[in-house]
Amino acid sequence: MLEIKCPWCGPRDESEFAYGGEAHINRPDPETSDDLAWAHYLYFRDNVQGLHAERWNHAYGCRRWFNAVRDTVNYRFHAVYEIGEDPPVEVAK
Amino acid sequence: MSNRRRQNYSAFSLFTQGMSHHKHWQKAWRSPEPRSHYDVIIVGAGGHGLATAFYLAAEHGITNVAVLEKGWLGGGNTGRNTTIVRSNYLQTESSDLYDKSLQLWEGLSQHVNYNNMFSQRGVYNLAHTPGDVRTTLRRVNANRLNGIDAEYHTPADIRANIPYINTSPDARYPILGGSFQPRAGVARHDAVAWGLARAADERGVDIIQDCEVTGINRDGSRVTGVETTRGTINAPKVGVVVAGHCSVLAEMAGLKLPIESHPLQACVSEPVKPVLNTVVMSNQVHGYCSQSDKGELVMGAGIDSYAGYGQRGSPRVIENFLAAIKEMFPIFSRMRMLRQWGGVVDVAPDASPILSKTDIQGLYFNCGWGTGGFKATPGSGWVFAHTIAKDEPHPINAPFSLERFVTGRLVDEHGAAAVAH
Ligand SMILES: Cc1cc2nc3c(=O)[nH]c(=O)nc-3n(C[C@H](O)[C@H](O)[C@H](O)COP(=O)(O)OP(=O)(O)OC[C@H]3O[C@@H](n4cnc5c(N)ncnc54)[C@H](O)[C@@H]3O)c2cc1C
Ligand SMILES: [Zn+2]
Repeated sequence: MLEIKCPWCGPRDESEFAYGGEAHINRPDPETSDDLAWAHYLYFRDNVQGLHAERWNHAYGCRRWFNAVRDTVNYRFHAVYEIGEDPPVEVAK
Repeated sequence: MSNRRRQNYSAFSLFTQGMSHHKHWQKAWRSPEPRSHYDVIIVGAGGHGLATAFYLAAEHGITNVAVLEKGWLGGGNTGRNTTIVRSNYLQTESSDLYDKSLQLWEGLSQHVNYNNMFSQRGVYNLAHTPGDVRTTLRRVNANRLNGIDAEYHTPADIRANIPYINTSPDARYPILGGSFQPRAGVARHDAVAWGLARAADERGVDIIQDCEVTGINRDGSRVTGVETTRGTINAPKVGVVVAGHCSVLAEMAGLKLPIESHPLQACVSEPVKPVLNTVVMSNQVHGYCSQSDKGELVMGAGIDSYAGYGQRGSPRVIENFLAAIKEMFPIFSRMRMLRQWGGVVDVAPDASPILSKTDIQGLYFNCGWGTGGFKATPGSGWVFAHTIAKDEPHPINAPFSLERFVTGRLVDEHGAAAVAH
């Protein structure tokens, strides 16, 4: 079981959280973007082996979203930070 | 490369070798030093990579092939999976691909002269809600239209086959019906890898273990070979078949894939006498169960939600699926678990595989099988060998290109495919 530090509620068990996938993916303007850019937005992911910026939702707690940097090899969390902020530690790639 | 004739495995050879205390069996495959040049390099000696090499040699006469493996052959998801083989997928594209594979399974032990213990004991996919029943009926009908053997079973039919399954209307997860595919079943995963390795090696393929690919070399938009922990190896064609590590290999070639890697876990119980003669899967409660030939109950569920390359997941997933299985099979409540493990599975957005050329000439990817690629081992190798040999997909795998994510022609198998596996 992972222990995840919600920025608002503090450390809680993984079972209270929902995983939200890779963070910092910007939605292209649908009026001007082409199919390839849209496909990359929808489906293509860095899927890094190493430090990964990702979103979590404290679904069974405060129900707020936040970002985290986590190592996808040993699953250790290196930072949690708010939506809209840049990762406080350097991520892979 | 000439063929290396191997000792034939048969009841007779077992008897004669037994006379000399099994001390004179040939090695099942060589451990050659890598050469500097091959016609085709396959990265990854899992079932799919080995099957690709085998069919390149057996179907296309391409034998100057190396299979490069960073660990030991079959040590990835091939040796970690729960071995369910079935072809009752919803979409026509999928049933064509998975049933091609099932047809190959039916002759594979004979073809490679290695008993992979393929056992067509049937697979149930249970339905627990009225919505489940409707999607199950839809899938059964779609399967039948595609020529796949699919049956709809009522709770009474299911109870007749598995008398101790909990079909009580008061059950926490009431069983309202289910699909059954009689030709589906299980196979012995290690034997699949070993048999394909032996048969590929016999036809001249070099299987090189302990050889991690660390870079993909290219000359402009053409692939020229790979960098490995055992030096540079050149080839005009490279097929990447590394399951959960496909994004890592793609990055080496400057590509990005529509894949997320996740942990997927399973466990086995202590062995008991024969009790379950089929495979039971449940989408809704995320658990499935079969019994191995050793007598262990083999159980698993869905992926851990987070991305992960650690070959392990969280105990809460195990707790959830064991609770579900206990509820469906109260008779198993006192079984003790013997072993638990995880793999890294490559999940695609439409839960369908990628068997595709790339923008780089001579570079091919076979990935995205996620939680359910074991069943496709021979079929995947068969179509991927064709794709590499002819530099164009076979009609069966043409729908499974990378372009589908740009054109929007996804092969959506979420939910309809009956969970994972
Ligand atoms: C717990 C679990 C249960 C499953 N249950 C089922 C099931 O019941 N039915 C089903 O159909 N499927 C199931 N699957 C999925 C199935 O196991 C996989 O889809 C399938 O085995 C993939 O085979 P593969 O040959 O592509 O990959 P793998 O067997 O993982 O082989 C890939 C190989 O590539 C190697 N590799 C990686 N990186 C490199 C590198 N840089 N250089 C060289 N080599 C490299 C790895 O070491 C590995 O040996 C399950 C998976 C898991 C984890
Ligand atoms: Zn919170």
